[in-house]
Amino acid sequence: MKFGIVRFPGSCDDVDALLAAERVGDATMLWHADRDLHGVDAVIVPGGFSYGDYLRAGAIARFAPVMEEVAEFARTGSLVLGICNGFQVLCEAGLLPGALLPNVSLRFVCRQVDLDVERAGTPFTRACEPDRPLSIPVKHTTGRYYAPEPDLDALEAAGQVLLRYAPGQNPNGSARDIAGVCNRAGNVFGLMPHPEHAVDPLTGSADGLSIFESMRAQVGDRIPA
Amino acid sequence: MRARVLVRPKAGILDPQGQAVERALPALGFSGVRNVHIGRLIELDVDDPAHLPEMCEKLLSNPLIEDYEIVETA
Repeated sequence: MKFGIVRFPGSCDDVDALLAAERVGDATMLWHADRDLHGVDAVIVPGGFSYGDYLRAGAIARFAPVMEEVAEFARTGSLVLGICNGFQVLCEAGLLPGALLPNVSLRFVCRQVDLDVERAGTPFTRACEPDRPLSIPVKHTTGRYYAPEPDLDALEAAGQVLLRYAPGQNPNGSARDIAGVCNRAGNVFGLMPHPEHAVDPLTGSADGLSIFESMRAQVGDRIPA
Repeated sequence: MRARVLVRPKAGILDPQGQAVERALPALGFSGVRNVHIGRLIELDVDDPAHLPEMCEKLLSNPLIEDYEIVETA
């Protein structure tokens, strides 16, 4: 099982994502100008400030050559995970519903939050224990999840809300406390918290590993070793 | 063709930047200010202004959260 981590100019959590993925499988870095995913089994679009976040967070990165490949990869049902800036990129690219707006506080937030696993058993949460929140850090200025009300109703009805900030812990004013959503098909997932920063008890929590473990298990089912 | 593209948050979407400025003005003695919203101004020279709407839809604005207005200036 090999993860590919997309590195844009301005990415900064790419190495942490690589190291986190290496705890559960093989991982390699992909360059934004690549037109080839080098045979990876799953793609991670990491956090940071791709292309300086000029115009809007993620707006320029979605036009990177590698994103055409990522979109095609997603269309074929392969797993794509977007973390923080990666979530913003996937929303801008239309691979995920909604958009991320500046935090209501207008401040950068950096803190550990509890996340309720709304749906365990999905390709990205199957290694999570139902009814046990994940302790994972957030660190962002533009993390307020937004979609029009009817779209939110449709997302909820279709089970696309996978993670929610625990009651009282919404750090950014996200609609309905949404921390992570997947696409209709369930193979593309984005979240603002950083599971790659929570993979070792030394730094406070290893709960983030369950997201990577879920992806490994899912790919393992699809492509027998 | 010189054009100006005005991008603003869609009506109804919480605009904390606009609110912060609206709250700051009375502190400077300017009363009677309401409905402050903050957007973005993009100026560009373009050979074919017919392309502007598509540019706005695809890149200059995010139609889910923003409205745009094209003003041709010269």
